[in-house]
Amino acid sequence: MLKVFWCILKRDITLAMRRRTDVLTTLFFFIIVVSLFPLGVGSERELLRELGPGVVWVAALLASMLALERLFAADYDDGTLEQMLLAGQPLSLLVLAKVVAHWVLTGLPLVFIAPLMAMQYALDGTAVWVMMASLAVGTPVLSLLGAIGAALTLGLRGGGILLSLLILPLYIPVLVYGAGAVTVSAIQIADTQPYFALLGAFLLAALVLAPPASAAALRISME
Amino acid sequence: MLEVDHLSCRRGDRTLFTGLSFTLPAGTLLHVRGRNGSGKTTLLRALCGLLRPDHGHIRWRGEPITELADDFNRELLYFGHLNGIKADLTGLENLRVAATLDQDPCADADILAALARIGLAGFEDLPTRMLSQGQKKRVALARLILSKAPLWILDEPFTALDTDAVALLERLIAEHVAGDGAVVLTTHQEVQLTRGEIQRLTLGSVPSS
Repeated sequence: MLKVFWCILKRDITLAMRRRTDVLTTLFFFIIVVSLFPLGVGSERELLRELGPGVVWVAALLASMLALERLFAADYDDGTLEQMLLAGQPLSLLVLAKVVAHWVLTGLPLVFIAPLMAMQYALDGTAVWVMMASLAVGTPVLSLLGAIGAALTLGLRGGGILLSLLILPLYIPVLVYGAGAVTVSAIQIADTQPYFALLGAFLLAALVLAPPASAAALRISME
Repeated sequence: MLEVDHLSCRRGDRTLFTGLSFTLPAGTLLHVRGRNGSGKTTLLRALCGLLRPDHGHIRWRGEPITELADDFNRELLYFGHLNGIKADLTGLENLRVAATLDQDPCADADILAALARIGLAGFEDLPTRMLSQGQKKRVALARLILSKAPLWILDEPFTALDTDAVALLERLIAEHVAGDGAVVLTTHQEVQLTRGEIQRLTLGSVPSS
């Protein structure tokens, strides 16, 4: 079981490394979206400090969305997805492996680039750490939820737009608590722990529920 | 091994076949024929469980395949219109993944031997996107050599292959049937077997067994 999981994870990461543009596009999209705001709203420190957490999180949402469409589409086009369905392995496990690979390639880089982005918004040290931590816990939820939408819209014409309409509303709780944690960290007496507890709960729920849901959606899409 | 009982499939409003029944014992090849659009691929996908038929049952060793699910899939090798190989991976890497998914524990040496047998010695380290259509198909067909699945379902396996490869594939199919395997295959050409039995099924006319 674990061997199959590693095999698919390794396969997807190897594939992405051989075709780096897809990964870099997501990362640069994130960087550009985040950098546009200070240019648009001006360089007033207080305003930027207030905007920062929200902007970074919205950009992370959109960046994660960008790569989702390709999550199953590439495998669908060349028939490898068909083979996975017929592999006689639990499909949710294979889906989970693909989602983990997706997160490592599109979510994890955002965590590490976040401090650089935070500099543009004059966020202080604690806020930067909280932002990295909230992204680290929150972005896997985005990948997991997104997989359900990607599986449902597989093979549809104009699936990309439909996917955004389906999935972005589901991202709202993650956005609220992710950005909330960073905002709250700037206040001395406030505690970020409840925010992280909720984000963690989202992550656990998504980890358990999203792979079987995506697997079921894939079986429907493949008919 | 495989029993099909009053199977009906529709695509949209069009009924492709109704009341299709046959049994496929071990050591048999079922040759499905029919003109384009007669539902050959649909039938094959239904037999794999990729597509739910409108009516009828498919049983494997006496049990419905919908209940067997993954247990049935482990006994099955499906070869569809799409090769099911990644263009950015090499032949060796593709087959490694396929073998892990099919739970055929095979060493790299086995895979290399399979690739050599299928006529791709020297190409195992090239990304498959650099290979020709026929060579890609050969990479995918190497799975037949590695697999231990008793049931093969092959959808037009002969297209894009040269005469050598066609002969090799015919030999592989004959060996599999001789070893008490079962094969369902669609093709527009004739297939010969040295041992075992060939059943023929023509879609698009009278449903027969």
